[in-house]
Amino acid sequence: MRGPGPTGRAIAKVTVIALALGMIAALSMGVSDSGTRFNDLGNKLMCTCGCGQVLLQCNHLGCPALARETAELHADIAAGMNNNAILIAFQNEYGPTVLAAPMLTKFNMIAWIVPPLLLLLGILGTVLLVRRWRQRAAAMPPVQQSAEIRALRDQVRRETEL
Amino acid sequence: MPTFGSFALLLALALSAYTLLTGGVALRQIATGGRGRVAPERLAETARRAGIGTFIATSAAAFALVWCAFTNDFSVAYILHHSNRALPGPYKFAALWSGQEGSLLLWAWLLAAYGFVLRVRHKVDVKLTAYASTILGGIQVFFLLLLNFAAMPFSLVRGAVPADGFGLNPLLQYPEMVIHPPMLYLGYVGFAVPFAFALGALMMRYPGEKWIHITRRWTMVTWLFLTCGIFLGMHWAYSVLGWGGYWGWDPVENASLMPWLTGTAFLHSVMMQEKRGMMKSWNVWLIFSTFMLAIFGTLLTRSGLVSSVHAFAQSPIGNWFWVFLVIVFAVCLFTYILQRDHLKAENKIESLVSRESSFLFNNLVLLAACFTVLWGTLFPILSEYVVGNKVTVSAPFYNRVAVPIGLFLLFLTAIGPLLAWRSSSFRSIRKNFVVPVIAAAVTGVVVIACGVHPWDIFTTTHQGSFYAFVAYCLGALVVTAVGSEFLRGAKVISRNTGKNLLASVVQLTRRNTRRYGGYIVHFGVVVIIIGFSGQAFNQTQEQELALHQSIHIGPYKVECEGYSQDTNPNYDTEYALLNVYEDGQLVTKMAPERRFYNASQQPLTVVSNHSTPAWDLYVIYAGKNPDTGQPIVRVFLNPLVMWIWIGVAIVVFGTGLALVPNLSAALAASRVRVPAQAVALTAQGDD
Repeated sequence: MRGPGPTGRAIAKVTVIALALGMIAALSMGVSDSGTRFNDLGNKLMCTCGCGQVLLQCNHLGCPALARETAELHADIAAGMNNNAILIAFQNEYGPTVLAAPMLTKFNMIAWIVPPLLLLLGILGTVLLVRRWRQRAAAMPPVQQSAEIRALRDQVRRETEL
Repeated sequence: MPTFGSFALLLALALSAYTLLTGGVALRQIATGGRGRVAPERLAETARRAGIGTFIATSAAAFALVWCAFTNDFSVAYILHHSNRALPGPYKFAALWSGQEGSLLLWAWLLAAYGFVLRVRHKVDVKLTAYASTILGGIQVFFLLLLNFAAMPFSLVRGAVPADGFGLNPLLQYPEMVIHPPMLYLGYVGFAVPFAFALGALMMRYPGEKWIHITRRWTMVTWLFLTCGIFLGMHWAYSVLGWGGYWGWDPVENASLMPWLTGTAFLHSVMMQEKRGMMKSWNVWLIFSTFMLAIFGTLLTRSGLVSSVHAFAQSPIGNWFWVFLVIVFAVCLFTYILQRDHLKAENKIESLVSRESSFLFNNLVLLAACFTVLWGTLFPILSEYVVGNKVTVSAPFYNRVAVPIGLFLLFLTAIGPLLAWRSSSFRSIRKNFVVPVIAAAVTGVVVIACGVHPWDIFTTTHQGSFYAFVAYCLGALVVTAVGSEFLRGAKVISRNTGKNLLASVVQLTRRNTRRYGGYIVHFGVVVIIIGFSGQAFNQTQEQELALHQSIHIGPYKVECEGYSQDTNPNYDTEYALLNVYEDGQLVTKMAPERRFYNASQQPLTVVSNHSTPAWDLYVIYAGKNPDTGQPIVRVFLNPLVMWIWIGVAIVVFGTGLALVPNLSAALAASRVRVPAQAVALTAQGDD
């Protein structure tokens, strides 16, 4: 077995770190932009007419809940409220089910944290397990192979890989 | 006919109970060497024949229900509630699965049909098939108990029989609805077969990996049905629900996705068991989980456990499913504990940078995705239980949590094929990865040049551009990796046989259809993801349109040519006639409708869609302004949607190809002879 050299290990580490940072960025980033706030917030709220759809996706003609909620949303944005305050105001008025996803508060934090945490723990556990297996395998004496056998093995591998 | 149907269901229950009990007794006698008055082999044979009889009896019951629908027999309560005289023929047929009782009958019938094929082909492995047949008999007993005592499809109407039925739910009166549920059910039910084989193989301590070879085709066909079912459902949602999207992360949609994810993980990890004798316990639990998730999905949709827009089939039968699920889990756990020493791995993973590791991580990520979907679906219940508040977990949660996991999976899809079994040297990694990484980087630059700004994630709450950018780069990585695999193999064949490259690619694929069919499936997945990524750039506008007024969206001008209404025995309809112009040229005419069904007194939106490879112009008739009488039209410009359906076609093609047997005879002639010693060595170590 030919493992990566120091450069290879460094590249592998950088790749893993970059991927982890990318995932964290994807999970956590995003700040307000006034230009798209209505659409952003409208897709974070549910229509309360009972259709079970996101506010801006409700397609019921003349839906009273849609009209009322969008009017309120426009008014709140015009009043200069920040996104969080608007979502809290909606939650206070219509209950927590009006939010299309739970806010990052108290118990609801678990909803967001558990899946990525489990994935990271799974990856970490797998890495540790494989390292343990590899160390055990390394403790065993290597099988002696002549150059001729190695060449034949390479040839067979090449052809049977097809 | 209702009496005939009820009798057929009772007969089917008796036969399946016989299959379970007699089959169980016979297998017990064979295992322990005990003998009764009848030889256990003969007992097992009678159980097999009873299983075949179950198929005939459930077929008769399904026929009876369809007959009742076609003859407008409204004395049957189910037909009264799901059909009417004016309902077109194909939809009367679809009435079989449009409600609770009918869809359970469909489930039982499909299970019996799968069982029929399995029992007819019992000579593949008589003993293992006997185990699988008995286990399927057990599952069949559960569904037939439901149909006979809890959700009876042939219940009669009390009192006077109405002259006409209440009609079929308008949302279900769409051509795809005739195909989508059976496809989905073929997928759900089909996983019972590999489940039965896995459990049977574990119970009898089946030697080797032959049970995986036997069930491989079953699993792939089942997975294909489930895939088609899910995407047909998406297409139906896109074409009928009229909100401009195809996936709403509704609990019922999630219910179909979960077994698909674990089934996909199983399809990948069985390769590790076949090739290296690894992950045996993992595989057994993956297929157990897949089957249990299929049952759990049905439980979710039937019990009212979570609120869903698909709440058409809620009833108290959820308790039956809970009991069944607990029994299935207990049987699986008990068998596993009893036989776990039979599942010891023959090899261990030797390197983190190997094909085995990539399969392991792929499984891990697929399971994480499955858990995320399950977690999101059940979190409202957990929240209500713990803090007393029910919350909504919808698209924003999944977009933020599940999409990054999906992108990570796409990354693994790219690197997996480039790694060697056992261990990859750094040199080979560098050699294999240079071209794909360059392709990904070039794609990134091109995509940014085309106006996709991934850095928007830092300035807005909108993550779409960032996800789309990552998806395009990873897509390029996967496509180049898959392409280089084809090219490398084809070059060797071309060199050895003198054939041109295209002919060599064909020959290469035919030599190992499973592997190259799998790569084509991966390519299809990339195309689907590119289609999904278009969602980040959707545009929408809504406007009341007077005659010859227009809406501008993207490159299109949508002009109102007129609006009208029509009527037929099944429904009344209102529609707008729209001319669509691009660069001043008329490109198409569209007529979005809004129907009102007479029997059910329910409205339905009929979307008009002009689909091109670049985008869909998706138009809905939102209704008429009661003050002006003018139509209100909502227009969506949805980029790249067509690629989702193209990608699905590629996935279907790739899976179909993987099911075709390998072309092996021609291979030996063109190969250089290798000494037997070296072949033996390779067989021990490598694949």
